[in-house]
Amino acid sequence: MAIMNKPRSVRGVLLLALTCLTLCSARARAQTSADPISNLHASDVTWDDGTAINLTWDAPASRTEDIESYWVYEAVAKIGDFEIEPDYVFKDVLDGKTTELHITGVKRNYTLVDIRENFGERLDFPALLKQSRSGILPKTAFPAGYKYRVVVQYKGNVRSEPVDLAEPIVTQMSIFDGGRKWLVLITITFCGAVMFWILHARSGKPIKVRKIAGLEAVDEAVGRATEMGRSVVFVPGIQDINDIQTIAGMTILSRVAKTAAEFDAKIEVPTSKSLVMTTARETVQAAYLSAGRPEAYNQDLIYYVTDEQFGYVAYLQGMMVREKPAACFYMGAFFAESLILAETGNSVGAIQIAGTAMPAQLPFFVAACDYTLIGEEFFAAAAYLSGSPEELGSLKGQDVGKVIVAVLMLIGIVAATIFAMTDMALFGWIVDFLRNSVLS
Amino acid sequence: MKRNVPLLVAIIAGFVMIVAYFIPYTESWQDKVSIWFDVLASIAFILGGGNLLKIQLKKISEQSAGWGYAVITAASFLVMLIIGLFKIGAPPHQNYLHMSWSGDYSETGTPFWWLYEFAFKPLQATIFAMLAFYVASAAFRAFRAKNVEAFLLLGTAFIILLGRTAAGPYLTNWFPDWMSGLRAQPLTDYLMQVFNTAGSRAIMIGIALGTASVSLKILLGVDRSYLGSGDE
Repeated sequence: MAIMNKPRSVRGVLLLALTCLTLCSARARAQTSADPISNLHASDVTWDDGTAINLTWDAPASRTEDIESYWVYEAVAKIGDFEIEPDYVFKDVLDGKTTELHITGVKRNYTLVDIRENFGERLDFPALLKQSRSGILPKTAFPAGYKYRVVVQYKGNVRSEPVDLAEPIVTQMSIFDGGRKWLVLITITFCGAVMFWILHARSGKPIKVRKIAGLEAVDEAVGRATEMGRSVVFVPGIQDINDIQTIAGMTILSRVAKTAAEFDAKIEVPTSKSLVMTTARETVQAAYLSAGRPEAYNQDLIYYVTDEQFGYVAYLQGMMVREKPAACFYMGAFFAESLILAETGNSVGAIQIAGTAMPAQLPFFVAACDYTLIGEEFFAAAAYLSGSPEELGSLKGQDVGKVIVAVLMLIGIVAATIFAMTDMALFGWIVDFLRNSVLS
Repeated sequence: MKRNVPLLVAIIAGFVMIVAYFIPYTESWQDKVSIWFDVLASIAFILGGGNLLKIQLKKISEQSAGWGYAVITAASFLVMLIIGLFKIGAPPHQNYLHMSWSGDYSETGTPFWWLYEFAFKPLQATIFAMLAFYVASAAFRAFRAKNVEAFLLLGTAFIILLGRTAAGPYLTNWFPDWMSGLRAQPLTDYLMQVFNTAGSRAIMIGIALGTASVSLKILLGVDRSYLGSGDE
């Protein structure tokens, strides 16, 4: 109205200025507009343990070249049947060209304790508890529904309005974890080969196994102890009986104890785990029985020392120095104590045979012991010592596993080399497939 | 019965562990089996403690060789057990001041903590420290160049030792750039990354196959020697 009261020429200038201002303002608005994403969609990943979600969205229609990054936020929006006000937390940031995100490590279920700790204030916990107790949901774990939010970050530190997932997504657990299908195939092939050779051996066909010096020396070591009138010490490592190396050690103990019983040598088994002690007692007792000398078995020679690594070492060192055993066997899982034990045994002049599947300790045993069973030899010992066709057959099956590994390695090496030299897509695909699908 | 029941337990537990790895629905079974083992191991600890005491007391009463050590072992065991079990000297928890046994037995300043920190830990460190001397004596014996293999071992060990110490770069950095591969540091890295890794992986593959094979034999009941069955 004020313009209308001005003279005509002034009024024209003012109108022109107003028009320019309006146009400039509109242009500026267009330049700083921050369009959000669209079509935000979440889908549960199939053939998994229910801990993965795929998130996809469409990039904004305009100014795509100005997009710096996408910021993704996550929130629990549902627990069981109860809705929760989402409290978004930062999840990931992606570059401006990526419009999908594979989310892993999603917590599928929340127990009542978790719920109390995480959503105590935001959820009707008494109602949930009541529902749990009423038998409607007998399990105390409730499935969680997740919501996601995506914000576009434009150049110039401009951010779009957030876009939220419309409905919370609840993941489902599949009956089989598809990511491990290759492992299943390899396991079945390997186990099948072992079983085939066990059955093959049962049919009576001879199986040849190369000599293992360390195991051939068992009789020599125990015989030496008998001649010298000294004891045989068997150390089954410092792991518990749930370790496969300890179990493998027990199978060797069985043979050593039987030989000791036959030669009337004293065998001593100090253990660092109670369960290993009880297992060793059973093993040695059975070995003495098998040797026809059950009366010679003395359970007090198989005893518990301590769970503490270096306490156990201190005891063994002291015992070796005082009693000077003629033969020492180290069969099981060893750590830093391996060299201390082996060197002490060496210093008292004992014949020493070691076996372990701890690669880091093998050099120490090789350096300080007379014989060392390296890795697979240690596991093959039971079959070798028993001499039973069934067990020897399993060794042949193991060889099939080695062939599979060797073939895969050869394919991988050849493919990787050719790919590096020629950049051919096929070989790149083979390398990628072996690395990310078969070995992942 | 004495053999079959443990065998059955081992087979069931083993198969549960395998199945649980591939079938997500059974993942919690794996944890349950592990918890069962922990429970068993905890109970067995009483057995171990009892056995330790029995053996030491027997040595003391018979005054057999080294019975003085048995006195120290038994006394240490009992002192730690009593102090820890009865929480001697442990202040009550700040939220439950009226309950004298509510505190943590190993809290800083308690007698148990003191014994652990100032008696047990130094002793443990002493034993561990001896490793350095044993490494030296073992290396001296292992690196004697008696044949070609031993000579190669000695040469490799020398290069690695040189590359891992300050002397390595000091002595070999004069190599020109086109011969930089002969400098101690890159040569050591090359030996560790190529030869050492190749050897380690070969051993690891053998170990993995051996583990799988032994596990299968146990699960199928082919190998029962760990149950004390021997050759029977």
